[in-house]
Amino acid sequence: MTTSSRNPILITASRLLAPFIQLFALYVIFHGHYGPGGGFQGGAMLAASVLLLRLSVGAERSELKFRKSWGTPVGALGALIFAGTGLLTLLLGGRFLEYHYLPLPDLSRAELHSAGILLIEVGVGLAVMAVLVGIYDDIMEGPGGD
Amino acid sequence: MYFGLETTLGLFLLAAALIALRLRNLLAAAVTLSVFSFISALIYLVMGAVDVAFTEAVVGAGITGVLFIVVLFHTSRRSVD
Repeated sequence: MTTSSRNPILITASRLLAPFIQLFALYVIFHGHYGPGGGFQGGAMLAASVLLLRLSVGAERSELKFRKSWGTPVGALGALIFAGTGLLTLLLGGRFLEYHYLPLPDLSRAELHSAGILLIEVGVGLAVMAVLVGIYDDIMEGPGGD
Repeated sequence: MYFGLETTLGLFLLAAALIALRLRNLLAAAVTLSVFSFISALIYLVMGAVDVAFTEAVVGAGITGVLFIVVLFHTSRRSVD
């Protein structure tokens, strides 16, 4: 990984491939409640696209896409979105994750359920992506880090 | 319903598992484990569990393979036992 001889075919192919993987991952996250998929699978695919860049173009260049220091904060943000949605419905009189208590105006009960599940999936996707990339970065750093 | 297909995939699954166990080159063994994950994802797909198949393909073949390969960078390439 520390060698400077990188294959140009590998770099070009993975740079072309990564945006399409990310686009499909976003489709999987946002289409999760109509078809197969959801936050976890989409987040894992987002992490796979970042890891593809990490492996092919190296850690320095791929940090332009996702920095090493972002792992824990973005993972915590995803968990916060998940828990915050649940606790918001709890505060507004419902039970945990009872979506039709969400404070979004002019939406029917079914649309509120759809919007709530979308929020949950975005949170789960962010958390899964950040934690998987963080595990990779920690392993690459090796023992002796913080 | 798809008995022949399931049997064939099951035999491939067994072959991939045995090859991954027998290989001395650990990088090749990690790649063969990815093959194992893809075949088991196909079996889930044939059995109608699309969501499980999706998760198996993404996590088992993608993330786990990458993590195995990353660990191999820190150790030796060949098994000694």
